[in-house]
Amino acid sequence: MNKYESLYEALANLDGYIYPNEIALNWDLLIVMYPYITGLVAGAFILASLNRVFAIKALRPTYEISLLTALSFMLVATMPLITHLGQPWRFYEMLVTPHLTSAMAIFGFVYLWYLMVVLLLEIWFDYRYDMVIWSKQKKGFMSFVYKVLTLWVLDTSPQSRRTDEKIGYFITVVGIPSAFLLHGYVGFIFGSIKANPWWSTVMMPVIFLFSAMVSGIALVMFIYMVVTYLRKQKIDMNTVDTISKYLFYILIIDFSLESLDQIHRIYEADESFDILKILVHGKLFFTFFIMQIGVGVIIPLLTMGTMMIKKPREKIRKILYLIISICVLVGIFYMRWNVVIGGQLFSKSFYGFTSYKVDMISGSGFWLSLLWFIIPFFILAFLLWLLPPWKKKESIH
Amino acid sequence: MPIQVKRLLVVFAVFIGVMLGLKYFLTPESWREFGPYRGKALTEIADQEAKYVQMETCAMCHDSIADLKDQGLHISIQCEICHGPGYRHVEDENIDMVIPENSDFCMTCHAINAARSTSIIKQIDAIEHSEGEDCISCHNPHEPWL
Ligand code: HEC
Ligand code: HEC
Ligand code: HEC
Ligand code: HEC
Repeated sequence: MNKYESLYEALANLDGYIYPNEIALNWDLLIVMYPYITGLVAGAFILASLNRVFAIKALRPTYEISLLTALSFMLVATMPLITHLGQPWRFYEMLVTPHLTSAMAIFGFVYLWYLMVVLLLEIWFDYRYDMVIWSKQKKGFMSFVYKVLTLWVLDTSPQSRRTDEKIGYFITVVGIPSAFLLHGYVGFIFGSIKANPWWSTVMMPVIFLFSAMVSGIALVMFIYMVVTYLRKQKIDMNTVDTISKYLFYILIIDFSLESLDQIHRIYEADESFDILKILVHGKLFFTFFIMQIGVGVIIPLLTMGTMMIKKPREKIRKILYLIISICVLVGIFYMRWNVVIGGQLFSKSFYGFTSYKVDMISGSGFWLSLLWFIIPFFILAFLLWLLPPWKKKESIH
Repeated sequence: MPIQVKRLLVVFAVFIGVMLGLKYFLTPESWREFGPYRGKALTEIADQEAKYVQMETCAMCHDSIADLKDQGLHISIQCEICHGPGYRHVEDENIDMVIPENSDFCMTCHAINAARSTSIIKQIDAIEHSEGEDCISCHNPHEPWL
């Protein structure tokens, strides 16, 4: 915000009439990363539960990968927020001063619930038996690490495995509404801001949820293919075909919901409509029509739709799936961008605009955002090394 | 109860205990003094350094310009509207102030704008009026009619 200390410099970035506190965008790229990363978590988890709860066998090879992906992104999900704070070292105050008057204050607990009670527990129960085995196979330090991870529960009886299985199943069942809660909540934080017509809609949590599923599924598809390729194994085409089928349907639902929201806005045409129209056709044209809808929805839907009618050869399918997953990931990123940045570009007087450019050179926002997006992949690599899904004994489910 | 559940319950109990301990020790002292926020935050904000120092401060050193301005029609305009906040310059005059360079700047106030009454501020069409010359080649910004 110190960027515009003098009004004179700031005025060059404005169009029309705007209130003083709207001149500089307060929520920048980092705040775009926050719903994006949280969405990837929720989406990856839901893919895992499709396998476990809805017993979709074809998705089995991605089960652990989905969970570990969800965990690695979950661990950094709050970092964009924390590093965006003016006083980052005070972030813990949110957790030690719980109260119900701020949506953000509750998010800390939604986050903790999801991380501690859902993700970690599900992974723990899924891996406990194997970690016991590994602690016996490995020597020295690693054996100790696995023992710590099992919390010294070294029981490997079939009885104990069945317990793991049952509780794990139960947690996944609880996990689905929790994943909905986690990302629906992120949507709620935006949707509940009634002063902002671009955000304030009850559809927001639902839209966020479905876009989260879309992005999470695309991410797991991407990671599964890359990891299998790096391990020089054969990609299970049945698995990716099934993932892409779900991606296709959920993308359709997501797109319909978003269109419904827009159509409703257009038909209702309330007092904010004029400015939003100018916004979407002007400053958001590229990110909205081209990136979010074109790259993120139309291209994937058309390719996947054609592939359903006429299946191309395996090799081509693999490449197409890879491209589609990247397109979807990019599209959803721009969806978050359009929500977060778009909502701040227009004046709440409805008579003017400010502007925003990602500052790559002097601003820290860009590099931090990039960092928080890359780190999860390293965490994932570490987790895959520590808890390799392909070395697991076939579980009972 | 299966052993793994027992073990987990212990871990969770420890975690919750640690959180409660942290809550006890780390809650800021003025929390909930007035509402769900740090009461001290109010005084902390009020104590922040003001960035705009007002015309009287500028006049201590730039008395001739201040006098000049007081004679002209720009009398009601603070120096810092045009030159930016002066809190750093006042402490160290080597830190430069903003000096508005082109005519666009004058036009933020003097452009034709139907919403503003011409009896309050005179408005001109820049191209017609100045024919591309800088405003300050004819008007002194501190005393427009000098
Ligand atoms: C402590 C005395 C002092 C005060 C108070 C002071 N100035 Fe200055 N100012 C100076 C001096 C000395 C210079 C000349 C320094 C130079 O040329 O680098 C100067 C230079 C300037 C310049 C020209 C800078 C340039 O780049 O040539 C501007 C504009 C200016 N002052 C505006 C202000 C305004 C507006 C205020 C009130 C907020 C103010 N000054 C308060 C001492 C002061
Ligand atoms: C209407 C806008 C405006 C206001 C108000 C204004 N200035 Fe200026 N000031 C200018 C401009 C424009 C210049 C550049 C003049 C030039 O380049 O010849 C300038 C130049 C200066 C300079 C540079 C030295 C010089 O004379 O060239 C000083 C010092 C200065 N102003 C101080 C002040 C102080 C002190 C006040 C308040 C008493 C003030 N100004 C109020 C617009 C303004
Ligand atoms: C912050 C707004 C503001 C800025 C910026 C500003 N002025 Fe003014 N100007 C005024 C006001 C207010 C008056 C007094 C009311 C009036 O007579 O228009 C005035 C008066 C004048 C007048 C006398 C008009 C008359 O009544 O005869 C002239 C000439 C003038 N300004 C020129 C300039 C020039 C040149 C600049 C750029 C260096 C400038 N102004 C920048 C607000 C501004
Ligand atoms: C070529 C010299 C010249 C230049 C350059 C110039 N002015 Fe003027 N300005 C005048 C004269 C002479 C008058 C008085 C006659 C008039 O009203 O046209 C005047 C009058 C004004 C008035 C009062 C108009 C009114 O209705 O009484 C304003 C305001 C003004 N000028 C602002 C500006 C601004 C802003 C600029 C820069 C875009 C500028 N001038 C550039 C010569 C100039």
